[in-house]
Amino acid sequence: MTDDRHVMIYGELTEGGLASITKELLSGGEKLADNLGEELHVLFVGDGITERAREALAFGANKVYVTHDTRLGRYEGDCYVAFLAWAVEKLRPRILLFGNTDVGADLGPRLGFRLNRAVTTDCVALEVEQKTKTLLRTKPVYGGLAMAVLTSEGFPQITTVRPKSMSPAERTGSADGETVPVDVSLIAISPRVKVRDRLTEEAKGVRLEDAEIIVSGGRGMGGSEGFKELEKVGKLLNGAVGGSRVAVDNGWIPTSHQIGLTGTIVAPRVYIAVGISGASQHMTGCARSQRIIAINKDAAAPIFKQAHFGVVGDWKAVLPAFVEKLKELG
Amino acid sequence: MNIIVCIKEIPDPEATIDSFRLDQENKALVSSSKVLRVVNPFDEQAVEAALRIKDKTGAKVTVLSLGNNLDRVVVKKPLHMGADELILLEDGAFVGGDSWSTAHALAAAIRKIGEYDLILCGRQAADTNAGQTGMGISEFLGLPCVTVARKIDITGNTATVERVINNGYETVEVALPTVITVSNELGQARYPSIKNIAKSNSIKPVIWQPSDIGLKPEACGMLARRIRTASLYLPVFEATCEVVVGETIQEAAQNLAVRLRLERIL
Repeated sequence: MTDDRHVMIYGELTEGGLASITKELLSGGEKLADNLGEELHVLFVGDGITERAREALAFGANKVYVTHDTRLGRYEGDCYVAFLAWAVEKLRPRILLFGNTDVGADLGPRLGFRLNRAVTTDCVALEVEQKTKTLLRTKPVYGGLAMAVLTSEGFPQITTVRPKSMSPAERTGSADGETVPVDVSLIAISPRVKVRDRLTEEAKGVRLEDAEIIVSGGRGMGGSEGFKELEKVGKLLNGAVGGSRVAVDNGWIPTSHQIGLTGTIVAPRVYIAVGISGASQHMTGCARSQRIIAINKDAAAPIFKQAHFGVVGDWKAVLPAFVEKLKELG
Repeated sequence: MNIIVCIKEIPDPEATIDSFRLDQENKALVSSSKVLRVVNPFDEQAVEAALRIKDKTGAKVTVLSLGNNLDRVVVKKPLHMGADELILLEDGAFVGGDSWSTAHALAAAIRKIGEYDLILCGRQAADTNAGQTGMGISEFLGLPCVTVARKIDITGNTATVERVINNGYETVEVALPTVITVSNELGQARYPSIKNIAKSNSIKPVIWQPSDIGLKPEACGMLARRIRTASLYLPVFEATCEVVVGETIQEAAQNLAVRLRLERIL
C-alpha cells in the first residue's frame, strides 16, 4: 500500500485564464484519475493567481492547490524546482503531469532528478497499468519514426505531455471542489539564476498555435521568394505561414515560424504543406492536423503517405492556379 | 577558463523510415548502414557556443562523449571545428542507457576532469528527443542549470544567457560554474577548418571505462536504466491521400481548389 495517491497536474496560466495545455492535461488526467478511482488535482505556482487558478475546478479538477508568494511571481527554474520538490514530498501525488512547454520541459526533468525519480518527456498518450498503478507512456522517438511505450518504477510517476496531443477539457456546469492555498512563506528559496529581462515578440498576423489554417513551405520552395507566395495564400485564407527546418536554416522564414520537432507543434484544421518532403523531423510538428494538403513535385515524397489531399506538381505552377480558383469560387 | 561540451553520436535525423528496421527483441530501431552517423545537431550548436566563447576569451574546450565503438570521424568533428581535447566514455557497459544513466556517467566523468567553469549540452538529442541530460548533469553535480540558450556571454565569473521562451526570450544571469543547454536558435555551427583538422591530428582521444570514473559496469548504460521500454512500434498512418489530377498541373490545382471547397475544408 502506498501513500502516494491522486493525479496531479502542474497548471499553467495565461493572461486570459487556463493555458490550453492545462485544459488538455485536465482531460487526459481525468481519464487516468477515473481509471484509478482517485482524484484530479491541479497545482498552480505563482503570486496573485488564485482567481484564475480556481477556473480549473470548472474543467474537471477536484482540488486546486495554489501558492501566493512574491518570490514565485514569475517563472524561474531554479526557484520553482526547489518549491516543487518540497510541495511534491508534502502532497505525495501518484502521478504528476507537466505540459512539454517551455516551462514544463524545464521543470519536469529537473524535479525528477532532484527527487531521485525518472521522468519521461514529450509523451502523446498515457494509460494506467492496472496491476502496478503506474503509467504506460507513449512517446515518439527518432523524430516520430517509431513510437515507444515507456514505464518507470516509483512514485510520483512524472511525465511531460506534448501540447495538442490530448483534446482539451470542456467547461462543465459545476465547479465543485476546493481551492487550497499552499503556504510557502517558511520555505527558504535562494535562486542561483536571476531573470533580468523578458521579451515577448508579438507575431505578425495570425499566431501559428492559434491558426485554423496553416500554409507551410519546405526545401522545395527554393528561396525566400517562394515564401512571399505562401504569404499571399495565407492572407487569402486568413491563415498563418510556417516552414520546415530547412527553410528556417536557409533563412527563408524566421525561426519563430518553424514547425517540427525543434519548432512549434501545431494541430490546425487544415495544414497545407508546399514543397515539403515529409521528413519525420517536420511531420512530428504537424501530424495532428485535421486535414493535410500536400503540394509536391515528387510523387514519391513521403508527405503523400500522411496527407489527405494532394497535387503532384511544381508549386510555381500549382499555387497561382489554386489561388485564382479559390478567389473565383468566393 | 575551462568549458566541457557533451556530445552524442546519433543516426542522421533527416533519414527516412525506409532506412530503419525495427528490432523487436531489443526494442530498438536499427539504422541501415546507409544512414550516416552524425553529431546530434543541438550538440554541434553547443560546441559552437563553446567556440564563440573561446574566440573571445581563449577558453579551453574539452569535448566529452559516451558510447561504444564511437565513429572517430563523428566524435572528432568538434576538434576539427576548434575544440582542444576529446574524452570518450567508451565501453560496452555504456550502451543502451537512458537519460538517467547517461547523465550519471557524464557527471562522474566531469567530476574526474575536475576543472570546469561551464558545462554545455545540446537542448535534446534528435533521436530519443528526451531533453534531460544537461539538467541531470546539473542536479548530479549540484550546479545551476539554464536551458534552451540562444546566446551566451561570459563576463568575469558570470554568464549572461538569452534563453528561448514561448513567443520570445528572457535574459538571465548565473554565476559560474553552471550547466547551460543550447538550442538551435544559437545559429549555424561553424564548419571544420583545414587548420583545425591538421592541428587535431595530434590530439589523441582519452578513453575512459566505467572504472576510470569510479562506476561499476552495472551502474552504467542498460543495467542502470530507470525507464523501461515496454514496447516499440512503427506508427500506422490512417490517411489515404486523394491525389487530385487534371489535364495540366494548373487544372489539377484548380480541381484541388474545387474539391476542398466542396468538402468545406477551405
